[in-house]
Amino acid sequence: MPTITLTVNGTPHTLTIDPGETLADVLRYRLGLTGTKIGCQEGECGACTVEVNGEAVLSCIYPAERADGKSVLTIERLAQQRDHEFILHPLQEAFVEHGATQCGFCTPGQIMAAHALLEHNPDPQPEDIHHVLKDNLCRCGAYPAIEDAILAAAHSLRTGEPPPPPEIPASAYAGKVVGRPHIRPDAVDKVTGRARYTDDLVFPDMLHAAVRRAEVPHGILRRLDVSKARALKGVVAVMTAADLPAARNHGVLIDDWPILVGVGERIRYVGDALAIVAAETRAIAQEAASLIEAEIEPLPVLADPLAALAPDAPPLHPSGNLLKHIKVRKGDVERGFAEADVVLEHTFTTPHYDHAFLEPEASVAVPTEDGRMEVYVGSQIPYDDRRQVAAALGWPEERVHIVGQTMGGGFGGKEDIAGQIHAALLAWKTGRPVKLLYDRRESLIAHPKRHATQIRVRIGAKRDGRLTAVQTELYGDTGAYASLGEKVMTRATTHSAGPYDVPHVRADCYAVYTNNPPAGAFRGFGVTQSNFAVESMMDMLAERLGLDPVELRRKNALRVGSTTSTGQVLRESVGLLECIDRVDAEVRRLSGEADPFAPRPVPGEPHKVRAWGFAAAFKNTGLGGGAPDDATAEVELLPEGVFEVRISSAELGQGLVSVLQLVAAEEIGVDAEGVRVLVMDTDRTPDGGPTTASRQTYVSGNAARMAARVLVSALRSTLAERYDVPPDQIWPQPEGLLLGERLLRWPEVAAEMHALGREPRVRYTYHAPETKPLGEGGDMHFAYAFAAQAAEVEVNTLTGEVKVLRVVTAVDVGAAINPLALKGQIEGGVVMGIGTALTEHFIVEEGRVVTDRLARYRMPAFEQVPEIIPIVVEHPVSTGPFGGKGVGEIVSVPTAPAITNAIYHAVGVRLDRLPVEQEALTLPPRAGAKLFSSGGTRV
Amino acid sequence: MWHTYLRPKTVEEALQMLAEAGEAAVLIAGGTDLMLDLQQGRHPPVQALVDITEIPELRALEIRGDELFVGAGVPLNRVAASPLVREHAMALAEATSQMAGYQIRNVATLGGNVAHALPAADGAIALLALDARAEVASPHGRRRVPLADLYLGPGRSALKHEEMLVGFWLPLTRQKAASAFRRVMRPQGVALPILNTAVWLAREGDRIAQIRIAVGPFGPVPRRATAAESVLCGHAPDEATLNAAVEALLREARFRTSRYRATETYRRHLAGILLRETVGKAWQRAGGE
Ligand SMILES: Cc1cc2nc3c(=O)[nH]c(=O)nc-3n(C[C@H](O)[C@H](O)[C@H](O)COP(=O)(O)OP(=O)(O)OC[C@H]3O[C@@H](n4cnc5c(N)ncnc54)[C@H](O)[C@@H]3O)c2cc1C
Ligand code: FES
Ligand code: FES
Repeated sequence: MPTITLTVNGTPHTLTIDPGETLADVLRYRLGLTGTKIGCQEGECGACTVEVNGEAVLSCIYPAERADGKSVLTIERLAQQRDHEFILHPLQEAFVEHGATQCGFCTPGQIMAAHALLEHNPDPQPEDIHHVLKDNLCRCGAYPAIEDAILAAAHSLRTGEPPPPPEIPASAYAGKVVGRPHIRPDAVDKVTGRARYTDDLVFPDMLHAAVRRAEVPHGILRRLDVSKARALKGVVAVMTAADLPAARNHGVLIDDWPILVGVGERIRYVGDALAIVAAETRAIAQEAASLIEAEIEPLPVLADPLAALAPDAPPLHPSGNLLKHIKVRKGDVERGFAEADVVLEHTFTTPHYDHAFLEPEASVAVPTEDGRMEVYVGSQIPYDDRRQVAAALGWPEERVHIVGQTMGGGFGGKEDIAGQIHAALLAWKTGRPVKLLYDRRESLIAHPKRHATQIRVRIGAKRDGRLTAVQTELYGDTGAYASLGEKVMTRATTHSAGPYDVPHVRADCYAVYTNNPPAGAFRGFGVTQSNFAVESMMDMLAERLGLDPVELRRKNALRVGSTTSTGQVLRESVGLLECIDRVDAEVRRLSGEADPFAPRPVPGEPHKVRAWGFAAAFKNTGLGGGAPDDATAEVELLPEGVFEVRISSAELGQGLVSVLQLVAAEEIGVDAEGVRVLVMDTDRTPDGGPTTASRQTYVSGNAARMAARVLVSALRSTLAERYDVPPDQIWPQPEGLLLGERLLRWPEVAAEMHALGREPRVRYTYHAPETKPLGEGGDMHFAYAFAAQAAEVEVNTLTGEVKVLRVVTAVDVGAAINPLALKGQIEGGVVMGIGTALTEHFIVEEGRVVTDRLARYRMPAFEQVPEIIPIVVEHPVSTGPFGGKGVGEIVSVPTAPAITNAIYHAVGVRLDRLPVEQEALTLPPRAGAKLFSSGGTRV
Repeated sequence: MWHTYLRPKTVEEALQMLAEAGEAAVLIAGGTDLMLDLQQGRHPPVQALVDITEIPELRALEIRGDELFVGAGVPLNRVAASPLVREHAMALAEATSQMAGYQIRNVATLGGNVAHALPAADGAIALLALDARAEVASPHGRRRVPLADLYLGPGRSALKHEEMLVGFWLPLTRQKAASAFRRVMRPQGVALPILNTAVWLAREGDRIAQIRIAVGPFGPVPRRATAAESVLCGHAPDEATLNAAVEALLREARFRTSRYRATETYRRHLAGILLRETVGKAWQRAGGE
């Protein structure tokens, strides 16, 4: 074994290197410098960027031996310890202040690349930043903030002044704390590399796990031979279905997903697990997994919903291949079409998409001395993980403890079980801690995707543009297992007539099992797909009627008093018209004299043509549909005088923790720093419910607020008695309680309470307003978020290359709780929508995943990011926490149709298939037949 | 995975290490192709890596006599930023500045790009149009070969196991000569160009006196578009001549449909567009302004 000596952050280290070890391995796993992240191990994502002898390199493909004799700088060294103070580097400070770190997984790499840039170029222009950070991917889409932060840091380094902070307006409904920009509480940890993600954890005696997957989309497992794996030196345990102690299946809603497929049982997709291995090292575990021999009798692959619904298709599940037929009925569509002056019909398709959160799935299961199992994991639904892990072990739920970790993005993709159960089973079997870390390929193959859909839309309208009827038929590919498929496709269906008041609606959706990877939750929750269809259709209709596309939408937009397709009368907080008006006004202002929706050749480069496109959207907040939507929060005044909010809800990077912090601080009457938040721990935090459906601001926000309110009133009444001051003369202040003239500081308040035998702690369960199941009319959801967007594109008509130049986006958020985090959600949503339209294409062919590397599945990078002009519209929800409602998903929904509509306006090619295939844009449009599928075929 | 990592300081030492270790040893430069091939199981297992990035000769980038020498081990960022390269080999500067991302370019090399032998490797296509000669070192001595002779097939280099690239020799620019490079990417899928084109030409009044055109992927191996070159040579790049050149190029090229990436039709379409663009740009640059 070769020995190397390298200097890391100023300290020399001499190490013996294992075969194949990379610099990233050395830093992370030998030296414990886990600030350097591994997002892909393919040289694609930049998360592993460090400096070697002053040059930025990717440590994941840098052989460790090459670092011999060299000097390495990592994120851990940028901040300086001076005396007792921890002084952030200006880059770190600026990243914190500008909200340039969301989930934070990309942040160390971004900062290190920026650091190298500033060393060579102290006064960079935005182009320089894009050039150098070209391959530093940020799935949260924080690019605009990252750029601003780097410019601010450069200014600071040149002038010695502190980095100029961003200018972000407060909410119109701002209180003392709520509604004003705040930095996220975890920002400093994230910019310094101290934030702990699951793979950063190490336990004594820890084993590493690997999964043998089917790699065959459909078949019967005939034989499984694990003897070679067992015999391999360093392997401690191999488990197959025969070794399962209890539950055989798991699933968030329906237990139809085998924990391990047994001999004689059906394999339904390439990611099905056949056996799991625990070994002394990750390399041994992986080698052992590859030595497991499986004999699989192949069966015909059901590659899409139509194939799976064919009469002779074999049933993949006992219930058949139709997971659910979802119906929406309003009025009488036949009458509506009869009344129409124009009826159009067209079919749209969207592919699978992957969340591609930058942090691949990781779980560590640790058996405890008192016979329990701890599972460390970044999960969107900790209590559901607990239920499922406990079922797999055959234990009562309380014996399992889910300890949520900082999460490098989720976007809906960390709601299902990934490695939690497998790690726990191996830990149970071996009695040792077990870590299961997916590599990028495994992540891309195994976890649920966004549903691929085929959506037919028939739309009828009067000559003046008033819609008379919309009929839709949706096929959703829900893949091998149910996951959240039914819920997702229900949202796709209920939103399929768009954010419009349509008198007659009929929608039929078929969520169908296939042999593709399962499909489940993904930011937008089905609405992304149906919005693309209906918003493309609205533009086609506007053209047919000779109407302005904005005017057509304005005419039909949902407003207070409108009835949705599911029969819900909207009573408040419907800011859609304002969104439409404000985007329209901004676009017309930017366009000057010109019609924004007419093609404009670029002066001097006539083969490049620009135009704007428009789209609108709505998206429910909360589970709705009659599902009880509850969250329990606990608020405690700690002895040191800080209030702690506890709730199991998940922080995926979206900024929930700061929402809860601000809401509680406002309610109590203290500064933001007076509150801290603990999340995602099933022992220490009560159940906040799933982090999905943009529900957390509203549901968990309300729970935290109410718990805080009850606690304050308990403090008041207890101390009123103790000090003989009427409760109405007791007022919370940032420093403590003001009892008449006297200020009792918070630590003293806590001490008094304890002295009186009263714990200063309140647990409160908030029940969201009741909703009605689909089909019953009434309120299917307690609130909706609304958005309008316009995108300006430039199409190179010679090559077909498309560039999005500007996006104007207005979103009705109820009321902005944290405008800084909101800006990040808006920009990130637009960036993700650009990915949906232009860069991302998850390809599954005959059940096999073609895009099984990040190199083949491209998320937007700096070069795709346009100027984003956010407009925050606030129509408060009376029942929301300080007027707020969810924003996590809505922004990414209308981006794709806004872009494809813009492309149509620029070059006359109507794209009815995502993503945009640039090849299709080079075909000269034939007069009168301007419709093209992106595949390049004429429709 | 490798067990031995060798760090020769001279070409001769490297050759000796290769010879001694036999087939089980391979050269590593930036490692940006090789590491992925190894990690993802596309490369047969190796015992030893021979790291050539510390050989001063391979890191040289300078004028030698009437030629520009670009060492096979010079990182792409250095190539892209070099004033010498910008002056004498603009197409190479343009190609290298667009390849991959910044961190990759800090380690990736031209030698690796050429030896990896992909038909549309950006650096190789630029070198081809610039009439680069590769200096190859073998146990039997050194030789200079035209770039096109280094290829056997897609991903298959004609270099023998015990040979290595030392660098590339490029003619210095002369008056009224210039080059240009352009590529078209697809926003989805792998970061390899759908098509790239590099052109070098010399002007004589309003005629093209000499021209070299390289297109990738033109066929299984990087190769010049000689038929189009002959059409353009001796003529002004007017509409009619350019049309004829595109026709000649399309007749000679063996474009293929790559699944999930580009159809043959699209490549044929782009070939004409890129040829016009790059010839136009080089023509303008060679104008002498
Ligand atoms: C994210 C990413 C993006 C990329 N983008 C592009 C792109 O846009 N365009 C493009 O063309 N390529 C691209 N590449 C591919 C790669 O970076 C380039 O081909 C690079 O130039 C390879 O150089 P290297 O020094 O890293 O080669 P290595 O990986 O070190 O070596 C590659 C091969 O060449 C051999 N070799 C290396 N040096 C010599 C030598 N001196 N003599 C003989 N044999 C040698 C090695 O043995 C190996 O077989 C990309 C790669 C990644 C990971
Ligand atoms: S982990 Fe190294 S580039 Fe992604
Ligand atoms: S903050 Fe960049 S990936 Fe999440």
